[in-house]
Amino acid sequence: MKAKVYVTLKPSVLDPQGKAIHHSIELLGVSGVNDVRQGKYFEMALDESLTSDDVRRIAEQIAKDVLSNPVIEDYRVEVDG
Amino acid sequence: MKFGVLVFPGSNCDHDAYHVISKHVGQPVDFVWHRETDLSGYDAVIVPGGFSYGDYLRCGALAKFSPVMGAVKDFAAAGKYVFGICNGFQILCEAGMLPGALIRNRGLHFICKHVRLRVENDRTPFTSELDSGDVLSIPIAHAEGNYVCDDDTFHRLEENGQIVFRYCDEVGEITEEANPNGARSNIAGICNENGNVLGMMPHPERACEEMLGSNDGREIFRSLTKAIAAASGQWPVVSGQ
Repeated sequence: MKAKVYVTLKPSVLDPQGKAIHHSIELLGVSGVNDVRQGKYFEMALDESLTSDDVRRIAEQIAKDVLSNPVIEDYRVEVDG
Repeated sequence: MKFGVLVFPGSNCDHDAYHVISKHVGQPVDFVWHRETDLSGYDAVIVPGGFSYGDYLRCGALAKFSPVMGAVKDFAAAGKYVFGICNGFQILCEAGMLPGALIRNRGLHFICKHVRLRVENDRTPFTSELDSGDVLSIPIAHAEGNYVCDDDTFHRLEENGQIVFRYCDEVGEITEEANPNGARSNIAGICNENGNVLGMMPHPERACEEMLGSNDGREIFRSLTKAIAAASGQWPVVSGQ
């Protein structure tokens, strides 16, 4: 079973990398893009014997304790299958 | 009196710290591999700079799971001294031993240059040999030194005197131009509430010899040595120089 975790900077935290990407998009000549925020995406393969509730619980714990820093980041977990 | 310098996979300022402690502070010092779990023989632990675990995930994020970090937390809780420099500061923040976090520099670049720091609190064990308002010349070398924290944390840091160093200009003014990385309120170094854990982005261990451009870093290590001597009742046996 697969869990996906998205880690994003909290809205209050400036994202210099997102700003640089946004600037590059402007240089490309694409208009209409108002802002870019960079984040991280993780895929975890979990044991098939686990229930989807277990997978969600485990993924939430890993997202909270390892993949994100609660001072600057939020996370979101999706469970497949 | 004995110092320990932690070594993680990817630490690269461990030898600089060891050199300064043995040669300029003149005290016994060991390297402590990150798999160790016993720090009972030490009075102070230095968490050195570098790129622990290749800076994977976030700077310092994976080092906090190294076995030694549990011992470092107990060590600090017992009132012993923990000094995180650069990546060491990032590790202490990730480990929750210091508040806030260090994110990518405002200008995105890795910056390696001498900067000026103003001593904001001379009543810590790391700054007792300095005076508040002193301006130090100490190099920075980082891409993620942009200190962030929420408003509550910031006000608590200010009220408790936990802001120990701020980036300043040559005459000690705290200006936007003197802020190399966008750190909140020009913060370059902070301590915990008890004052026994300090983290700073600049590298005082690279500023202990005239031939390197500055020896302003020595006073920080001298302050720490005095604090250990006072706390343990053992006067330091100074060797080397």
